[in-house]
Amino acid sequence: MEATHEEQALGSGQVTRPDSREPAFPPSPRPSELTAWGRWAWRTLTSMRTAIVLLVLLALTAVPGSLLPQRGVASDPAAVANFAREHPDLAPWLDRLSLFNVYSAPWFAAVYVLLLVSMTGCVIPRCMHLWREFRSDPPAAPRHLSRETGHLVGPVERPQDALDAAAGHLEAKRFRVSRTDTEVRAEKGRLRELGNLAFHLSLLVLLFGIAGGKLFGYEGRVALVEGTTFANVSASYDALSPAPWADLAGLEPLELTLDDFSAEFETEGTRLGEPRDFEAAVTYSSDDEGEGSTTIRPNQPLDINGTKFFLTGHGYAPELTVRDGNGDVAASGPTIFLPVDQTFTSDGVIKAPDARPGSLALQGVFLPTAVTGMAVSAYPDQVNPIVELTAYTGDLGLDDGSTQSVFTLDFTDLDQVRGKDGKPWRVSLAPGQTARLPGGLGSVTFDDVSRFANFQIARDPGKEVSLLAAILLLLGLTASLSVPRRRIWVRRNDDGTVEIAGRSLSRRPVPPGELEQLADTLGLSPADAGGRKDQT
Amino acid sequence: MTSLDAARLSDLFVTTALAVFAAALLAYALAAALPRSRQARARVAVPAGGALVDETRLQPEPVSEPPSRVGRGATALTVAGTILVCLAVVARGVAAGRAPWGNMYEFGLTGSAAVAVAFLAYRRGRPVGSLSAWMVVLVLVLLGLSVTSLYTPVDDLVPVLNSRWLVVHVAAAITAGALFAVGALATVAHLLRQRRTGEEDDQFSELAHTVHLVAFPIWTFAVMAGAVWAENAWGRYWGWDPKETWAFITWVFYAAHLHALSTVGWRRRAGYLALAGFAAFLFNFFGVNIWIPGLHSYAGV
Ligand code: HEM
Repeated sequence: MEATHEEQALGSGQVTRPDSREPAFPPSPRPSELTAWGRWAWRTLTSMRTAIVLLVLLALTAVPGSLLPQRGVASDPAAVANFAREHPDLAPWLDRLSLFNVYSAPWFAAVYVLLLVSMTGCVIPRCMHLWREFRSDPPAAPRHLSRETGHLVGPVERPQDALDAAAGHLEAKRFRVSRTDTEVRAEKGRLRELGNLAFHLSLLVLLFGIAGGKLFGYEGRVALVEGTTFANVSASYDALSPAPWADLAGLEPLELTLDDFSAEFETEGTRLGEPRDFEAAVTYSSDDEGEGSTTIRPNQPLDINGTKFFLTGHGYAPELTVRDGNGDVAASGPTIFLPVDQTFTSDGVIKAPDARPGSLALQGVFLPTAVTGMAVSAYPDQVNPIVELTAYTGDLGLDDGSTQSVFTLDFTDLDQVRGKDGKPWRVSLAPGQTARLPGGLGSVTFDDVSRFANFQIARDPGKEVSLLAAILLLLGLTASLSVPRRRIWVRRNDDGTVEIAGRSLSRRPVPPGELEQLADTLGLSPADAGGRKDQT
Repeated sequence: MTSLDAARLSDLFVTTALAVFAAALLAYALAAALPRSRQARARVAVPAGGALVDETRLQPEPVSEPPSRVGRGATALTVAGTILVCLAVVARGVAAGRAPWGNMYEFGLTGSAAVAVAFLAYRRGRPVGSLSAWMVVLVLVLLGLSVTSLYTPVDDLVPVLNSRWLVVHVAAAITAGALFAVGALATVAHLLRQRRTGEEDDQFSELAHTVHLVAFPIWTFAVMAGAVWAENAWGRYWGWDPKETWAFITWVFYAAHLHALSTVGWRRRAGYLALAGFAAFLFNFFGVNIWIPGLHSYAGV
């Protein structure tokens, strides 16, 4: 047998002799023989020991990625930067060793590629060997049947018919059977080997599926305020991380409008304020699937022809109207305020560069449930919504062409607006209230509160392949672990007695009832066989 | 019955179960200490001239004697304790109005029940010797730890945890985990005995083996169901979140274990690999939930 592994029955009390044995590692040849070295290297790579070593390596190399912050891992995008700030000496070294992106590190790839090569090199020859074995008859009985599992010898009622009866019985049990004048040879359990093969090869299929997503897919994020519409072109995304070969010009043509967002929170007990239900009511229109409306919830994404929308978060967008010194509207409508804690205390900025006499900027904190004397919201839902504002004048820095976040202010050329007493001007507004800015700078009105929802938008063209691979993997694995492959022999001796015995070729034992039933059928030692049936 | 009643009932069942398991442990200790009155034959007598030697049942000369009265009492207590934890799980589910595995306390509770049931199911008709007592220790530790340091009152789930796939995923993970726990216990017992006797196979290795063969596909399924859920919730089926990573590490160690079992001369190492797999599983359950921040950490400690 060429395959570079051993089979050994490991069920205790039962010894199965492997068809072949392999030395621990193939003996190394003389260095001058290049091809021999090549063959030795290949044998070593595809040996079972190497497989185990590589599997252990794979497990160990996966560990650091769970302990150190990782780039591109969903939980906290700023984690790596924060870590680098806290450990300025260590971080560059870790980075050089790819320890902030372990799962795309060359050394991690090396381990799994070697493993898959080893696996293919191991499993393919084994298949071909099995193929040949399955096409030929089951092998002859070993000379000493008494050394095999469940060996049984004794007189039978009609020795001349015993072999026919045995062959018939085993065929009915779906064994592959061949017979000679003195022997019946039977084998069953091909499914185990097929399963093992399907399982290992499914790992390669899985790799294709994963590669599909990693090479052609993309992921993006967008925050939509109630009433606004998203058009699926790359410019509309707040953030977009495409795979190297993703076709960003050919994104699925579709539009999505967030009509309404509602959230429910726990209203009592120790879990007060924990989220209980989120719902985004949306309408969409797409070239492929027409128009429709639906709700997107956690665990209930919207799938439009393979482009999926997942609800991942939400927050408030207070609607403020800023009038300038001339009474003209300089800024209006809802502005997204980013939540900073579990109770949705939220920060936001309103920029009014065209205000007269000078550009205006407001910095605000929104509290959905404001409580006197507390700087943070007491509850995530709107019970007593308040927006607290401070104001700035000067150059907003929007004209110099550098990109600036809509959520922050560049304070370098800004002056804080102060009241007559010289203290920074500050107001708290409830919906419907208006405040006048000092010095004839204008006014600000808190009109209303809208909500916004965060959507994760993703397309993974390898997903179906991965799912298929997973199903194949599971079926193959289950077959390979649960089906015993075994042989059964029946021999008629010259003295008129009949012998039967079996052998397991896998780690599952020969099913106990199988030999007993056969003995029953043949009428072999009926008293004993009958007495033991209750055990099976 | 109100939700609060059901929750109280569940807690009561848990407390009683702890007491009953403790009593069982005491009884096992007593049974081991008392001298045997009567040495009986454990094996089925082989009839004279009968040719049927049952080697197909994988039992390596179990040194089992018929249990003494104290021993039988211990078994009865173990069964009673198991029934009580199962009732506690059911009551907890009724109280919460959902599958009772929504936070760490509930994982611990349901996991204890699963360990006890898995072990009792395996034990039927098999000689397991002192393993029963160790199994009771395991359940006591797991259940005790859950009650003392993980306890949370019944509550609703945060929306992202409210998914059918999650129910399936966690159920499979708990089942596999319970089997892994039994397997680890048996592996340790086997390795200890092997050090003394040098025997390659005994009833412990047999138990470990059977349990691992069942547990591995279930764990594989649990990981896959988790991936399907993650796809539904976050838009990617695998993201190397710490929880996912340790599930993967667990899986790979057990795969290595199965390979080592098939490799001549690697039996002992196979045992260590299985223990490494179980350590990874435990770390995923306790360490990752408590120390490592990630998307899964809102599962509620
Ligand atoms: C890529 C990672 C791999 C994984 C996850 C994996 C997993 C498994 C599992 C779970 C089994 C159990 C089936 C059983 O015990 O019957 C198995 C069996 C087997 N594997 Fe792998 N394997 C991998 C790579 C390899 C490699 C590299 C080789 C060869 C060098 C290999 C050769 C085999 C063989 C021959 C069996 C059958 C063992 C037997 O009949 O008992 N596998 N594998």
